[in-house]
Amino acid sequence: MASVKFQKASRVYPGGTVPAVDAIDLEIADGEFLVLVGPSGCGKSTTLRMLAGLEEVNGGQILIGDRDVTNIPPKDRDIAMVFQNYALYPHMTVAENMGFALKIAGVAKEERAARVLDAAKLLDLEPYLNRKPKALSGGQRQRVAMGRAIVRKPQVFLMDEPLSNLDAKLRVQTRTQIASLQRRLGVTTVYVTHDQVEAMTMGDRVAVLKDGVLQQVATPRELYETPKNVFVAGFIGSPAMNLLQLPIVEGGVQFGNTVVKIDRAVLSKTNAKLVTLGVRPENLVVSGNEGISVEVDVVEELGSDGYLYGSATIDGAHHELVSRVDGRDHPHKGDTVFLTPAGGIMHLFDVETGERLN
Amino acid sequence: MSIQADKPAKKIKVAKPSKEPSAGVKKMKDAFSSPWASFAAIVIAIFWTIPTFGLLVSSFRPELDINNSGWWTFFLSPNVTLENYESALFQGTAVTPPLSQYFFNSFAITLPAAIFPLTLAVFAAYALAWFDFKGKNFIFFGIFALQVIPLQMSLVPLLQLFAKGLVFGDSVLIPPLGITGTYIPIWIAHTIFALPLAIFLMHNFLRQIPRELIEAARVDGAGWFSLFRQVVFPLSIPAIASFAIFQFLWVWNDLLVGLTFGGGVKDIAPLTVRLAEMVGTRGSNWEVLTAGAFISMIVPLIVFFALQRYFVRGLLAGSVKG
Repeated sequence: MASVKFQKASRVYPGGTVPAVDAIDLEIADGEFLVLVGPSGCGKSTTLRMLAGLEEVNGGQILIGDRDVTNIPPKDRDIAMVFQNYALYPHMTVAENMGFALKIAGVAKEERAARVLDAAKLLDLEPYLNRKPKALSGGQRQRVAMGRAIVRKPQVFLMDEPLSNLDAKLRVQTRTQIASLQRRLGVTTVYVTHDQVEAMTMGDRVAVLKDGVLQQVATPRELYETPKNVFVAGFIGSPAMNLLQLPIVEGGVQFGNTVVKIDRAVLSKTNAKLVTLGVRPENLVVSGNEGISVEVDVVEELGSDGYLYGSATIDGAHHELVSRVDGRDHPHKGDTVFLTPAGGIMHLFDVETGERLN
Repeated sequence: MSIQADKPAKKIKVAKPSKEPSAGVKKMKDAFSSPWASFAAIVIAIFWTIPTFGLLVSSFRPELDINNSGWWTFFLSPNVTLENYESALFQGTAVTPPLSQYFFNSFAITLPAAIFPLTLAVFAAYALAWFDFKGKNFIFFGIFALQVIPLQMSLVPLLQLFAKGLVFGDSVLIPPLGITGTYIPIWIAHTIFALPLAIFLMHNFLRQIPRELIEAARVDGAGWFSLFRQVVFPLSIPAIASFAIFQFLWVWNDLLVGLTFGGGVKDIAPLTVRLAEMVGTRGSNWEVLTAGAFISMIVPLIVFFALQRYFVRGLLAGSVKG
């Protein structure tokens, strides 16, 4: 077990000029579960593969423990990786698959068998040890891939979207299993996903990437409550945060027919006349006649809650707004309602730089 | 046997075992599995088999019968003898050894001439398919392009190299190798001629192994060699086997290389050379020729039937999702 450090690590693909991963600085503590999340093409998988040694590092350094592994081949890095499509060896049984790394490392047969059995018990794979991967279901294959990583007792686990090939229900189940397993084993884990729900539920900390640049690294809660910039604010949370560009007026921000009070000190940080105001759906409530007037497009009923999707026109620009409403008692399609921020939880961002102001 | 003519077409099929069937392939598949296609296949099979069957029957008939009546009359008056085989296999003359000697020669030529190119090709293809190095594509296309050079063109230079070495002006670059009259020139010639296609086909097959599988093994601690031994080789057994079969059949049935590079030495000439001679010199002795021909056919048939399951095996199933 060890910590992992990225020091200005970059990757430029041959023939490209724009780095796929741009000078990432990231420290992952020993035993920590870190999730890399971002939209597709943001460089999260590349970052993971750089750590695995499968992708060349064109600048900066990567350290596992205190060892500089930047130019060390993957086989000498003492890491285990779980691939999106599992990458099980088709000609080997489950037991052989799980024991492969130990066999390569020259571990004695008895110890190998014992360790494979331990891991198999942990993952309920005992009955399948003698099967070939093609005789397993998707969920079982996924567990074998996990088992193959666990058996090795590596310094670091790397997981590249290991759940994306499972069906929705199994994914939620396995999500919690992996998280609790990781906590039990205490192995430093780097987990890549494009699914922000996965990121929020599993990670000790979450690193958000966009276009190869690290946007913010924080605990899920911090990310949710104080996103550093507009991108993180819009990416984290489902449904996404409402982000509106609104004019700055005396005492605050013009929000429809009302003025939302904002501290002068916050607004003085920007020179622009507009500011991006972010409000999460649960903080945007239907009010009598205050706020922005919205025509209801649809209300999604999710049982206990509902989400109201409406459209509004602010200064001639069309905006979509989402608000959380009661699951039963809510406005209906076609109604016109007023939405206003409640509870004072608001996120303000600079219009030009996208950086957080408050 | 018509194996040589079939060779390229069949091999190309082998090279792409795990591709998703496209619409075109499916259409073709449907066309080939229609009743008419099956009927045509059966007719072709019968036309191909009848002469072979006739040859088999003739080879068991006494000399007098063969010379006086067609093989189909055998069923009216069955008259079986093993004499033909005996004389073909074991009776030599002062100048020509018995067929059993040629039979042995054919094996001595064919086995190394199948194993050498295959071994070289698998390693070369592995490096070309999965190593990252400069000039990789250039080398690969160079090898691919070598296929267009006809075998006949290289006969004389190669023979010269074996006999006289390589002399440039006054300087001797390679001294005479002194290997003429042995199996070695035949092995080398077959190996050289087989390599371009072998590397090309093996490369295409090895490329189809999912990248993640290679990466998983590398992360699991495998170096390039153990990666080959533990993962790549076991997965490419079907391709290796099918190419081994074709190369074996090709060499076994080959006359040109065996004749020219054997240098007319009877001790090392393969069966095909002797059979050609038999037709020429003992054209009247049909009975020995039929037996001889059948002896030379039986080995390819055994090889083919023993290894044919490798043609259809999809060994990659279940490794990655989808």
